[in-house]
Amino acid sequence: MKTLTLANSLAETEPFRGLAPHHLAFIEGCASNVHFDKDAFLLFEGQDADTFFVIRHGSVALEMHGGARIVTVQTVDEGGLLGWSWLVPPYIFHFDARALTPVSAIAFDAVCVRRKCEADPVFGYEIYKRISKVIVERLMASSMQLLDMYK
Amino acid sequence: MQPALRPDPMLPLEGKVRRYRSETTDTFTIDIGLKGAADLPFAPGQFNMLYVFGVGEVPISISGDPENPGVVTHTTREVGSVTRVMRRLRPGDTVGVRGPYGTAWPVEEARGHDVVLIAGGIGLAPLRPALYHLLQHRADYGRIVLLYGTRTPEDILFRKEMSQWRSRWDIDVHVTVDRATRRWHGNVGVVTTLIPKIPFSPKDAVAMLCGPEIMMHVTVQELHRRGVPADQVYVSLERNMKCALGLCGHCQYGPVFICKDGPVFRFDQVEPYFNVREF
Repeated sequence: MKTLTLANSLAETEPFRGLAPHHLAFIEGCASNVHFDKDAFLLFEGQDADTFFVIRHGSVALEMHGGARIVTVQTVDEGGLLGWSWLVPPYIFHFDARALTPVSAIAFDAVCVRRKCEADPVFGYEIYKRISKVIVERLMASSMQLLDMYK
Repeated sequence: MQPALRPDPMLPLEGKVRRYRSETTDTFTIDIGLKGAADLPFAPGQFNMLYVFGVGEVPISISGDPENPGVVTHTTREVGSVTRVMRRLRPGDTVGVRGPYGTAWPVEEARGHDVVLIAGGIGLAPLRPALYHLLQHRADYGRIVLLYGTRTPEDILFRKEMSQWRSRWDIDVHVTVDRATRRWHGNVGVVTTLIPKIPFSPKDAVAMLCGPEIMMHVTVQELHRRGVPADQVYVSLERNMKCALGLCGHCQYGPVFICKDGPVFRFDQVEPYFNVREF
């Protein structure tokens, strides 16, 4: 029977599927299980990007606010990666992230992951490739949203 | 089998608006009854030419129930001079109807398969007759999935029916919008982001797509990534149509005419032209 470790859970998520076992074990040291109630904030715009998440259950809204106007620009749900600002200086979050439902997630200490990426460039390159893929997908999605194609 | 055209396909039938409903801020649905209570049989995916007398004629997809041909239902957006006046039509007003024209969604060929319907914006209207058919013959199909993307929650078409479809146990319905306020608790993002999450058998599925071409372009790519072959994907295309009979050439698309060879095409038939810039 497969033991339910954090590394096993990570291996089943889209961003980390196929990652070498020793790399999974390496990043597991920076990870922990977390839970958020509905409407709780996982991230705040402008804060230090010292964490990121892989959502296991539930749905999270990425929100932008300007004065009284708050707009959801994207939702991230089961299996999705939440937060990549930790990867790129100045390591500041660009959105608020609010739980639309009760959320279970794997949280990562981003400072810890960055340090391990520096220490082991092979691991670092693998992580950067995987996060970059998510960034590109989000960028493409945002571009399409900007097109306002249904108008 | 698609209904046969009448002897003179250029001659409009006289229709009376029976019902008008506003769907969203810029879309509306009209039900038309033909004079003499004649039926106008159609296949899901076909369109009619609607003639607003004194203004002009436009092609509009049929959005109603193919098993209720006594009423011809059309849903459209106000985008030009004809639809602007059409939006002011009310029960009792007269409208000319030519059709039905064009090819149909492959609802017969899809029997025994999973069916994935993917609609963007007003593209849900031409897919609704196919969905009616699938649900009326539910036992003949495998899993049925409807993915719908639109601008905002306020732009969701057929809102009441959407709720009914979502409450059914025998169809997976996922709606996403491009942006929303906090009153919306559903998905926000492009419709393609839903594809990796939905349960269906890619090798055994038939996908039917209708929406802006750029949406269909990326949706086809995502379906390919999921393992759906091009010959199991169908798209409904739109171009400026005038005669609807393949005579005037307004809607020529490479070697085909959208009005008579389409609007529904199997994707591999149009794939060479689909990605041609400014085509």
